[in-house]
Amino acid sequence: MFAAVVIAFPPVMASSSPQPGAFEKVFGQIGGSFLGIAETVGGMAVLFGQIMKRCVPPQIDVPEFKRNLYKMTVKSLPIVIVTALFTGAIMVIQATPIVKQYGAEGLLGWGAGFGTLREIAPLLTALMISGRVGANNTAELGTMVVTEQIDALRALSIDPIGFLILPRFFGIIITLFVMTLYADGLALFGAAYTGLGLLQVEPHGFYNGLTSGLLTFGDVGHGLIKSVVFGFVIALASCHFGMATKGGAPGVGRAVTATVVASAAGIFVLDYIVSFVIG
Amino acid sequence: MSESTTQEKAAARPPEPGPVAELGSAFMELLAGARDLYSVFVRVLYYLVRGKRDKGAIAKQMFEMGNKSLFFITITIGCIGMIMVYQAGMQIKRVVPDFTLLGATFLQLFVRDFAATLGAMMLATRIGAGIAAEIGSMVVTEQTDALRMCAADPIDFLVVPRFVASFVMTTVLVVWAALVASLAGAATAYVAFDVLPVTFFNIGMVKWGHLAEGLAKCFAYGSAIPIVSSYCGLSTFGGSEGVGWATTRAVVNSSLAIIVLDFFISGTALMMVH
Repeated sequence: MFAAVVIAFPPVMASSSPQPGAFEKVFGQIGGSFLGIAETVGGMAVLFGQIMKRCVPPQIDVPEFKRNLYKMTVKSLPIVIVTALFTGAIMVIQATPIVKQYGAEGLLGWGAGFGTLREIAPLLTALMISGRVGANNTAELGTMVVTEQIDALRALSIDPIGFLILPRFFGIIITLFVMTLYADGLALFGAAYTGLGLLQVEPHGFYNGLTSGLLTFGDVGHGLIKSVVFGFVIALASCHFGMATKGGAPGVGRAVTATVVASAAGIFVLDYIVSFVIG
Repeated sequence: MSESTTQEKAAARPPEPGPVAELGSAFMELLAGARDLYSVFVRVLYYLVRGKRDKGAIAKQMFEMGNKSLFFITITIGCIGMIMVYQAGMQIKRVVPDFTLLGATFLQLFVRDFAATLGAMMLATRIGAGIAAEIGSMVVTEQTDALRMCAADPIDFLVVPRFVASFVMTTVLVVWAALVASLAGAATAYVAFDVLPVTFFNIGMVKWGHLAEGLAKCFAYGSAIPIVSSYCGLSTFGGSEGVGWATTRAVVNSSLAIIVLDFFISGTALMMVH
């Protein structure tokens, strides 16, 4: 009986589950990953639209905003300090062989300062803040989603976007801007004293190299504009992935991983675009 | 009645810790963390030699870390290569408009430092967060306790394959990243500053010592990322929020470890050369 059924229906069974060929498999994967990227970007755009809609008469929860700002800035100070001091030192260590080769100790301040202010300080600060604040933000929102606290807010007719997302969104942008400014100063401080230790360039000479006219406020501004753009990416990515969490504790872990990966990719791609656009 | 009990509780509570006590407890926590990290590292080394081999676990982790990070690494490091050349070119234009050494300096900097460090920073977010999230969710769902019940040490069963895979794949991905960055940099130099690829690919300034420095960094970062992230994953507690916290700590601590290691390795290399 069973054998008869199997024999009677083989063509139907074969056509109902066709085995994809290698060609279809590869293109299916590529298409799938593109659809995934499109879904993420679209989700972030929709979230941004929702945030903007609540900005016109501002519907931000002020106590929540202050609490988030404190948590994001003050609590990330230690890692920003360590990162910035070491970054400045590394920049001088990397510049030392080149400076010695040209015998241009006077240009050390310019060389280290230029790389630090325009690229490395905003970039590394953004990566550290993305790991510390962005990931933490996703974890928090994700936990709220999987424990149905967001639904509880909706049941109390509190808008979760205005109450939770808006303070975090602007909190992250402000945090990254302030932290980049702070990291700029600390990195140059670290660089000046590493220069003294390695090349016997007095910090005074180092600061002269910084302020002799080759570097302008435009270079600092260049880094600060980047920091705002990076903050925007980190904020949108972390809020989007946090709100889109599903599936318990492993889901929260996956959401956090997705946030840091998307933030890092977004930071590097936008770094490139911003560098070209503002020169 | 209830008021009096709360008052009694308040009286029984120890006084608020002062700033010195807080600093001290933070320091003690740091020491305890360092000791646990060291213990994970030593046990990984022990099981690397003496452990049981789970067939296919290392290959699976290598696929997870290597192949799945390839696209991410290509995009990010390609962008960094283009930015570095563009920014350096703009500065050279301001001082001396001579681009002949642009490529040589760029290649030396990338081989010595930037390919390894920036590539590893990227991998710390991708691999480190993945390891911590995976092990962390196993810890909160008591799967690691189940492993211990079966007489399988989670370090042997979970951490060692990730350690070996990350050690190998970080090096492979960094070499790939250096290649992508050089090509992207050469293309930018040609388009933006009319530097011919022949002039750009001038490896006269890359010495064997620089190559050794870059490789040393790859090995150091490749071992630091899985150890730090596994430690963060294994010390997870408290449900889904705990998993989120563990993942956050894994990313931050791996990145910090990379920056600190970079400082020490670069410093040592500089001392040895001069």
